[in-house]
Amino acid sequence: MYLARVIGRMVATQRYPGLEGVALQLIQPLDESGAPMGDALVAAATVSTGPGDLVHWVDGREAALACPETYVPVDAAILGFVEQADVLGRDLAAPGNAWEQPRSAATEPH
Amino acid sequence: MFIADVLGTVVAPVQSKWLDGRTLLVLRPLTPDGRPALKTRVAIDKIGAGVGDRVLCLDEGNGGRQVLQTGPKGPVKTVVVGFIDAVELGPRIVYDHRAANPPQPLPKK
Repeated sequence: MYLARVIGRMVATQRYPGLEGVALQLIQPLDESGAPMGDALVAAATVSTGPGDLVHWVDGREAALACPETYVPVDAAILGFVEQADVLGRDLAAPGNAWEQPRSAATEPH
Repeated sequence: MFIADVLGTVVAPVQSKWLDGRTLLVLRPLTPDGRPALKTRVAIDKIGAGVGDRVLCLDEGNGGRQVLQTGPKGPVKTVVVGFIDAVELGPRIVYDHRAANPPQPLPKK
């Protein structure tokens, strides 16, 4: 399980059976100092989250187990919305303490 | 399994029902001699560990489900399962918790 920042949403109209209705979101994994760790990836959101949220997620077979239908081809799933992440006395969920996607016209909500 | 330092806690009010009521910890995985290794992880606490403890951590789904008794469908993977008292590497004792210093933030890159 890891920490990540949700950076966007994915739209896919044709799905593998069992994945209908599961939100797919782009996440950027974060390290202990709140900096990006590795590449961004797509995760199935099993709780209601959106761009800008700090989340925790799981990879591997357990990701599919978190989905409503558990025999589906998913290898990363958002498990929870993080309200506070206290790391050596610093709250990564507080504004400005962890990496956030730079805001641009392309990422502004409609 | 890997060795890790506990750096902090995670509070997640909205999460998978399998994780309700469980404590989540932020871990810094380490090499046997105590240098940072691998990626920062979030783990479920099974033993009552806190910030500053050096712990043993499981990173495998079936073992995690067995330890937490979630049944076959629990989406759990990383579980803190032990406190580390000492690590002996070859002829040297590379970690002894009685002489240990608490983890410090990593230097800025």
